[in-house]
This record gives sequence, structure tokens and C-alpha cells, in this order.
Amino acid sequence: MSFFSDIWQAIGPSSLTLWLIGLVAATVAVAFLVGRFFRYGPARILFLAPAFLLFSVFVLYPIAGSTWMSLHDVRADRMICSDGREIASLEEGEKCRRVQKMEFVGLANYKRFFAKTPRNIERMGKEVGKLVTFQYLNPTLTEKERKKAKPSYPRLTDAGEALLNNVIWLIMFQIAIPIGLALAVLLNQNHFATRLMKPMFFFPFVLSPTVIAFLFQFFYNTSDGSPLMWFFNAVGWGKDGILGTNGWSNIGIIIAAWYPQIAYCVIIYLAGLTAINAELIEAGKLDGAEGFTLFQKIVLPQLWPATFICVVVTTIGALRSFDLVHVMTVGGQKSEVLARLMYEVGFGENGGNYGYGATISVILFLIMLVFIVFFVTNMIRQADD
Amino acid sequence: MYPSPENTWRPGARTFYWSCVVAVTLVWLTPIFLLLLTALKSNEQINAEQGAKFTMPAPVFPEGFMTILTDVPFWSSMMYSFMVVLPVVAIAVGFATLAGYVLAKHKFLGRTWLFAIFVAGNFVPFQVLTFPVLRMMQDLGFGDWSPYNSLWALIIFHGAFQTGFCVFFMRNFIAALPTELIEAARIEGANEFQVFSKIILPLLRPALAALGLLIFTFVWNDFYWSLVLTQGDLMLVPRQLVNLASGQWQNRWNVMAGGSIIVALPPLVFFFFLQRQFVSGLTLGAQKG
Repeated sequence: MSFFSDIWQAIGPSSLTLWLIGLVAATVAVAFLVGRFFRYGPARILFLAPAFLLFSVFVLYPIAGSTWMSLHDVRADRMICSDGREIASLEEGEKCRRVQKMEFVGLANYKRFFAKTPRNIERMGKEVGKLVTFQYLNPTLTEKERKKAKPSYPRLTDAGEALLNNVIWLIMFQIAIPIGLALAVLLNQNHFATRLMKPMFFFPFVLSPTVIAFLFQFFYNTSDGSPLMWFFNAVGWGKDGILGTNGWSNIGIIIAAWYPQIAYCVIIYLAGLTAINAELIEAGKLDGAEGFTLFQKIVLPQLWPATFICVVVTTIGALRSFDLVHVMTVGGQKSEVLARLMYEVGFGENGGNYGYGATISVILFLIMLVFIVFFVTNMIRQADD
Repeated sequence: MYPSPENTWRPGARTFYWSCVVAVTLVWLTPIFLLLLTALKSNEQINAEQGAKFTMPAPVFPEGFMTILTDVPFWSSMMYSFMVVLPVVAIAVGFATLAGYVLAKHKFLGRTWLFAIFVAGNFVPFQVLTFPVLRMMQDLGFGDWSPYNSLWALIIFHGAFQTGFCVFFMRNFIAALPTELIEAARIEGANEFQVFSKIILPLLRPALAALGLLIFTFVWNDFYWSLVLTQGDLMLVPRQLVNLASGQWQNRWNVMAGGSIIVALPPLVFFFFLQRQFVSGLTLGAQKG
């Protein structure tokens, strides 16, 4: 008896594995049992099942799992057996599969995230106010007063900083779309030179974000005679450069992120431009539309599908931004974003707080959910037509 | 065509246009030039310059590349990346083609919703999946073995996540194929498996190539999941690149530049050789509303 249980211990599937095997077996059984009553037999269920099961287990379920976990205190180093037994209660030589213990704490993690939110908002408002009213340009101020009146990155909690930076990402990242559109219009010629140049504008899209990060770390480097040193000196950042200056590091990273994103928008818009209806353009010209009016009134509406896709991908990219921030500044110089804050809380040096990490990721997801609902309803409408 | 062909423009406008094109291209490629120049410099020159600069490499001496060529962890990471990416492409594209066919050509209750779930899941900021996926990877497995901290974790997760995009892609592509072909085959007495393998699959060849390339690129470039799901030396290339750059390659700009170029090379080679497939894959749905 102990012989078999030893073998089971050594090679037997864990309980979660058993559940999944059961799920697959049940699906196949249902396909064949129910399938006989349908016109196409079990085929339909068997075709859908692999993709749907895989996607449900590793993508859909974890969304719910994260939400559930965000209501718990979960620590990386506080383990428990996956079947619920305490590790201390195990008998000598008995083994079990270890996972993190979850202790229900209600909304405590969310309270931590939103702690001091009013103060954060007040401080942000103050800086924005200074920026809008140009107080620091007041000629009657002394040098000291002027320095104080100059807008700077507000002192916020970690969560507030990440949230603010994500909003800046969300807005600034969209600028890649008009730039991409302009480049696409510029390149949409049948001349052999433009055909030769198009791939030069496409290829940054296939570069890894790590490579993009290095590319721009090179570009932003602050050694003497580096390409942008004249600019850093002119705006007073000097040896700190853009990545070493509070607040501006975030902008520097976003500009780096534009590079592949502009490339993507160029690809999409060039495809959109080839599908433009030439008759409509001719009709517009006959009606006297010229230059920018022609573009705005006749071309742009026809490019709407391309614009929609660009906005979708850009918005998703802005909220997912992690790689560039992690490689370029490791979240320093006020460039933290939610995705990276989550990583820091979960896996960073003083991290190991999975529960709070899950909370941050759920908040990120909720922000995204607003956009997802909008995008998906739009896409379904298109698919139904 | 918009804008109108440039050879129909006034001479002044043409000159202006072409100078614009040249200027924009130069600005666009500036970071790339800097990377290439740095990669071709000798260690001596790099040490003298203390950074990445727009100076010509004198002499052209790719010591950076030579350092990488002998770097064992870098090449084992390269191998790991291929070991993860190729199965992921097979899993995601294979499963999604099956599901995409049913979602595109079968009418049943809730098919729009099922499709919407795949599309929506694909839009999720994937960081939200981190902790439960990590926990599952620790909990899955046989005996003492679990996929956590092995390449299996990456294969399983990427396979599942990329399935979402693949279903979206394949469903749209198959929906555009003529339904009459399928009807005709059914009248001849073909069952669904035969319809799929004899009618649909041969028509999908261009789509399979395009989708495979895209998924290869997406997964090859992944940094986050390699960071979360594996530890120790088991790193995919983008992460290994960062790891080496913050460790033994620190301040060795020519090695970092060379490493970046080698990491970027597999997707770039695919891109330049199979540009048409690549672009057609990306732009599916951009043309028609």
C-alpha cells in the first residue's frame, strides 16, 4: 500500500492537474454525448474546446483569481499546502505542493492604494495651477520666490505617482497616431524611392521593447558630445539628461515608446490609404475641396477603421507599459507606472506582497475595462455587418 | 490614390516633397545609426569616448560582437527563446485555426459572445494575470515537478494568451472565405473534419504564414513573463540582454549595441524577407470597416 502511495507521491499529478485532466475528459465526453443530437456531430465542440479551455484556464480565470486575491493578504514567503493543510502539521517525510497562503482582509489593500488620495489630488492641482497661470514668469518675483513658484513634479504616494504617470502615458502615447498618419501620407507614393523607404519606417515595430529601451538609452546618454547633450544643457538638465530629471524621465520613456508605435500606425494607415475610394476624392475636388479641407472632410472619415485600430492598440500599449520603464529607469526619477509598481510590490527588493500587487493589477484592469467594453462592442458591431 | 502621384505635382512642390522625405527619414533613423556606429567601435574607442556618440568607428572593429560570440549564457538564452517560441506558435495558431473556423462558419447561439470573449481577453493588460498564473504554475505538475521556473510555464502561458489574438485573426480571415465551397463539400458528404482539412486548411496558407510570423515576433520580444515565471539562468534573450547589460556588460556600449542587434535579428530577418505576409497580417481589418 505504501509502495503505491510512494509512486503516487513521486509521479502522480497534483490535484490542480487532476482537475484540469478531468475538465478535458468531461469536455470530450460531453462533445460525443451531446454531439449526436446536432447536425455536425461532436465536431463543433471539439474544434472550439482546445482554444477555449486553454484561454479560459490561463487568461479568463486568472482575472477572477486576481480580483479574489486582491481581497486577501498574500505573501511570497508564507506558504501553505495547496490542499489547505498547514505545512507545520505535516508528518515526518510527508510532502505537499506549496502555494502562498491567502488570508482574507477585505478591502484593506484597496484602502492602502487609495490612502491620501485627496492630498495627492490637492498637490497635483497645485502644480497644474502653477503651470497654467505661469506664476513663475512674474517679473516682480525674486529669484527665490520664482524657484518656489516654478512647477515641479508633485510629491505623491507611490500609488498616486503611478496613477498620474499612467494617465500621462495614456494621453501622450496617442500622439504617435497623428505622427504615424502624417508619415503614412508622406510615404504613400508609387515611386521606387518611397517603396524602398517604407520598410525603414515599418521595422521598429518588430524590435523588442528591451532593444528599444537600449536604443533610446544610447540616444539619451549624457556623456560629453552625446547626440542630445546640447539640448539637455539648453533646458538646464545638464548631466542628468532627460531620464535623470524628475517627471521628465516619464516623458523620455514615452517618446522611446513612440518609436515602435509610430511604425505600427504607419503600417496600418498605409493599408488604410490604399483602400481609399478615388471617386470620392475626385468628387470632392470637383466640389472645390483642396488641401487640408479635402484631407479632413473626405480622406480622414474613410480612414476611420485604421484610426480605430490604432487607438485601440495605442491605448492598450499605454496601460501595459512595463518593459521600457523597467529597463530604462527601473521606475526611478518619478517614472513609475502601475504595471511596474505591481511588479515592484510583488517581486521587487522589499516586495513579496502578492495581495497588494494583485490589487494594483486589478485597478489597472478596471481602468482598461472601460476601454475594453467600448472597443469590443464596436468590433462586434463591425463583425455583425 | 491619396495623395495624388508626386510626378503630377509642380516642380517646386516636388523638390519640397523629396527634401521632406529625406529629412524625415534621417531623423527617423538617427537612433538606429547611433546603435550601428556604436556596435562597430573597438573597446579602446568606446573607453575613450565614455558613451554613445556620433563619431565614426576608427578603426571599424566589432569587438562587441566578438565578446557576445563567446558569451555562453547569451547563446543558451537564444536557444531557450527558440525552444519557447516555436511550440507557442504551433499551439496558438493550431488551436485558434480550429476555433476560428467554427466561429466564422457555424451559426449557433452565443457565437458572437464567444468571439467577444476571445477579443476582450486579448485586450486585458496582461499584468493582471500575473499572480494567479504564477500560483497555478506552482500548483500544476506531476510529483515534485511543476512547470514553474521551467520553459514549460512560458510555453503554456504564452500559448494560452496568444490564442486570443490568433482566434481574432483566424475568425476574421476565415469569415472572408466563400461559404459556397463549404456547402458544396457538405453536399458531397464530407464531414466537418474533412471540410476543415480538405477545404479550409489549403486556403489558409497565407494567413498561417502571416499569423505565425506575428506570434513569433510577439513571443520572441516578451520580457515580462520571462521575468515573472522563471528564475536563475533560465532567461529568454530580451531578459538576458538586460541582465548582462546591468552586470558584466555594464558601460561596455559596443557589447550592448551588438547584443541588441543580435536579439533583434530573428524577427528582423523574418520581417525583411516576408514583409508582405507580415504587413498583411497586421493590417487585417484596417481596410474594411
